[in-house]
Parts: sequence; C-alpha cells; structure tokens
Amino acid sequence: MTGDITRPRTPGADLPDHPDFLWRNPEPKKSYDVVIVGGGGHGLATAHYLAKNHGITNVAVLEKGWLAGGNMARNTTIIRSNYLWDESSAIYEHSLKLWEGLEEDLGYPILFSQRGVLNLAHTLQDVRDSIRRVEANKLNGVDAEWVEPDEVRKICPIVNTSADIRYPVMGATYQPRAGIAKHDYVAWGFARRADEAGIDLIQDCEVTGFTTDGNRVTGVQTSRGTIAAGTVALCAAGHTSVLTDMLGFRVPVQSHPLQALVSELLEPVHPTVVMSNAVHVYVSQAHKGELVMGAGVDSYNGYGQRGAFHIIERQMAAAVELFPVFARAHLLRTWGGIVDTSPDASPIVGRTPYDNVYLNCGWGTGGFKATPGIGDAMAHTIAHGEPHPYVAPFALDRFVSGALVDEHGAAAVAH
Amino acid sequence: MQLIECPWCGPREEVEFHYGGQAHVAYPEDPAALDDEQWAHYVFYRDNPKGRFAERWSHAAGCRRWFNAVRDTATYRFESVYHPDQPKPVIP
Ligand SMILES: Cc1cc2nc3c(=O)[nH]c(=O)nc-3n(C[C@H](O)[C@H](O)[C@H](O)COP(=O)(O)OP(=O)(O)OC[C@H]3O[C@@H](n4cnc5c(N)ncnc54)[C@H](O)[C@@H]3O)c2cc1C
Ligand SMILES: [Zn+2]
Repeated sequence: MTGDITRPRTPGADLPDHPDFLWRNPEPKKSYDVVIVGGGGHGLATAHYLAKNHGITNVAVLEKGWLAGGNMARNTTIIRSNYLWDESSAIYEHSLKLWEGLEEDLGYPILFSQRGVLNLAHTLQDVRDSIRRVEANKLNGVDAEWVEPDEVRKICPIVNTSADIRYPVMGATYQPRAGIAKHDYVAWGFARRADEAGIDLIQDCEVTGFTTDGNRVTGVQTSRGTIAAGTVALCAAGHTSVLTDMLGFRVPVQSHPLQALVSELLEPVHPTVVMSNAVHVYVSQAHKGELVMGAGVDSYNGYGQRGAFHIIERQMAAAVELFPVFARAHLLRTWGGIVDTSPDASPIVGRTPYDNVYLNCGWGTGGFKATPGIGDAMAHTIAHGEPHPYVAPFALDRFVSGALVDEHGAAAVAH
Repeated sequence: MQLIECPWCGPREEVEFHYGGQAHVAYPEDPAALDDEQWAHYVFYRDNPKGRFAERWSHAAGCRRWFNAVRDTATYRFESVYHPDQPKPVIP
C-alpha cells in the first residue's frame, strides 16, 4: 500500500473535464465588413443568417457582458404569432416557421415545444377583441381558434374556470403551434453556428462611441480598442438609446425593468402556456419542472435589471387567482431585464440617419419569439442595403408619417 | 420597498406613486407652426438616459399632486425632488 489514499486531493480533481467550448473567444480584428452591436438573441441570429443565407462572414458580434446575458437569458420564452395586424403577424409567423425548423438548422437541441398558447378573455370587451383577432389571424394563415370556457378546461385543467372569481374566464384564443423553447440553448445554437462560419463573437467588449464621416459610420470605439466597420447593426435591446445618443439621433423607445420568476421544481401540472391580459400574468412550466411566470413592466424608466417587489406580489395574486393549485408552490427566484418599449408596442427596424447603420430595437416585452425571424430579416437588410419586406413597415419614419402598427392590447399580453 | 419623498407629504412607499415620464416637456408654443417631424418628436419621443433623469411623479394615493424628481435610472436612487414650477436642475 502506498500513502495515496490519505494524501489530500486537489479540490475539483475528481470532476470531469470542462466540456468543449461552443465558440472561440477571439481577439477583435482591426476591421470587419459588418459589426453587430449586442450579443443577445437578435445579434447572434443576425450573424448566423448573414453567414448562412448571404455568405457574409467577415463579421463581429460585440457584446459588453457575456454572450446572451441580457434579455435573452431573462425572458419567459413564449413563442407565438397570433398578433392582430397584417404587418405583425407576417413577421411573427415567418419567425414561427423558422422556429419549426431551427433545431435542424442549428444542429443543436433547443427544446422547442409547441404546446399551444391560451390568451384568456375576462370581459365582454376582451371576448370581442379576441374573436376579432382570431378572425384576423385566420385571414393571415395563422392557426387560431376561439375556445369556450369548457374547452379551456380541457386544454389546461388547472385554470380556474368557475364563475365566482373576480375576473371569470369567459373563453380564450388558442394557437396550437405556439409554445416555448430553452432560451440559453437557442443562443448557444446560433452562437456555435456563427462561430463555425468564422464570425468573431467578442465578449467583454463594450461599444463606447462611434467614428463618423458625414453620413457614414467608419468604426466603433470599444473597451477593447477601435474597430473599423463597413456596416453597423444595432441589436442592443434595452440599451439602444445609449448607443443612438452617441450617434446623435433619437429613437422613441423607453427602457423599463421587466421581471419574471420561477417556482421550485414541480411534477408536470401545466400542459400549455396561459396568458392573461386583464389580470396580467403569463405562465408555462419549463421542461425541468419550474413554473415560469412573467410580470408587467415597472412603470419607471430603468436600466438596473431589477424591479420592485410589489410588482411580483401583484403578479402572484393574479397567478393564484387563475391557478388556485399554485397557492402552495414556493417562489424560488425572481430577476429582471431591461426592455425597450415603443409607442405602438411594435419594433423599430431598418434605416437610420446614417447610410450604413441599421437599427433593430423596440421589441419591448416580446422579442424572444422574433429571434430567428428578425435575424433572417436583419441579415437580408444588411446584405441588400434595403429593408426586408417583413421589416419595412416597422421603419423609424412611421412616427412621422403616422403609419403606426398599434399592437397595444390588441395582441393580448404583449409578450 | 423604496421610499419616495413627496415634496408635500414627505417619504412614502413607492406603491403610492404614479410615474409620469420625462419632465419639462412643454406644449409647443405655436402648435400650428410645427412640421410633421417636430410633431413626432413632441408626441412620441422622450429622452431615455442611463443615469440622471428629470422626470414627473404624482403622489397618486396620497395628496394627488404632481412633482418632479431627478432620479438615477441605473441605480433608481432619487437625488432630489422639486415642485413642478421650479426650473430643471442642471444635470451633469
Ligand atoms: C422578464 C422578461 C420576460 C420576457 N418574456 C418574453 C416572452 O415570453 N416572449 C418573448 O417573445 N419575449 C420576451 N421578452 C422579451 C425578449 O427577451 C427581448 O425582446 C429580446 O430578448 C431582445 O432581443 P435580444 O435577445 O437581442 O436582447 P438582449 O439579450 O438584451 O441583447 C442585447 C445585448 O446588447 C448588449 N449591449 C448593450 N449595449 C451594448 C454596448 N454598448 N456594447 C456592446 N454590447 C451592448 C447587452 O449586454 C445585451 O447582451 C421578455 C423579456 C424579459 C426581460
Ligand atoms: Zn404627497
């Protein structure tokens, strides 16, 4: 016998090796054809489709923190396309179709689960608006149906459909192809593919300024030096105004904290996704078993990635009213992101006062579902120097022309 | 819960207050003279700084009066509160 058994072991020596990294961590080059500011879902998806659809790979994604550590890591992952207006349902439905093939495209599991979404109606006005939206959806080829309370109960037995609650369930819209996905895996899948194509994903690299020449941006100043850029795409979500302030133009967005939370792990009890505008909560159950619930925005502007506790309390009251069975569940964790809300609750995408700078913001509380769709449309816009038809209606100049795409309320809870 | 100082009532809990967005956005002096672009900026555009922001609050569940505050949007710290007719403080 040797003395090996008693020799103290280095902590961690028995752990398995670190798994392979999914992407390189390159040093920034001096210059790129395309610089994408923001390594959230939208920036990473844009990078992927630039390489895949247009063969453009001399591209950098600059991320001030770690990859997909912003809203991409913090959202409640609801995916649906049942928006009211033609312009919205076109881009969200395009995105949903891409979600349906995304796992194959990325060669990476993303746990996309088309478990359907119920948008509950609690008042007569809700009912009328919902049926109108269902009819509009059908005309746009979006799977949508109106379901009565007894069908709501069949789809999701734990919803309280009794008549004696403060806001009785008077029916719901149902989109069977809607669902959820695992947000981190989605980001990693896009990142891995973009990296394989030769695109540089540069973390810990904050854009702090721009160098300009007339109507063109020639480069970005970053915490890791100045980088020359042929084209710049802004995909910074809640921080968009900080960047456009540097560039000297305004966008009509306001940044708000938006919070969500999870319960402890539970047995499967919730088979679908339920959203309620009137009592304001939206709930699904993650694959692992946590109940995932989202709140409304905190009213004030905020960049702090945290919000007030009374917002969480209000949301829990709504959840327990709708799902009495949740009363015994424990809250495990709450967190906040920073969402960029726009005046008409629709995104702002496309041209800017600079010829070679493209904007993608204003997705507010609901841009996760758009990730593949907007990545595809932004890549097209950058490659052709011309807004993709799906994003053309969402141009910044609609606030001057008045051609708003008002999705407030009309599209149920805005997530 | 954060305490907010109403300039008339003193510190009260955040739930008593209603947010009013950017302060000191005056109605155009000569509305008919504005072009579409200027109207868009008046109606839809508000500043959105990360850091100090002069903004409007109303003590909705208290005295129901409006006031202004300078608050840091990154830390949420209120730096000062003042009456609506007072000029906008110099924000460095
Ligand atoms: C609590 C919560 C729940 C939500 N629920 C849903 C939902 O159920 N369904 C849905 O569709 N959407 C939902 N959303 C909205 C969705 O998360 C966002 O609309 C979407 O993630 C925004 O796109 P993104 O992934 O690119 O943003 P982000 O992940 O926020 O990416 C932006 C990135 O830009 C980086 N950045 C900012 N400034 C700079 C700079 N100067 N230099 C370099 N990098 C910079 C940031 O660090 C960040 O990583 C939710 C959001 C939150 C917060
Ligand atoms: Zn008061």
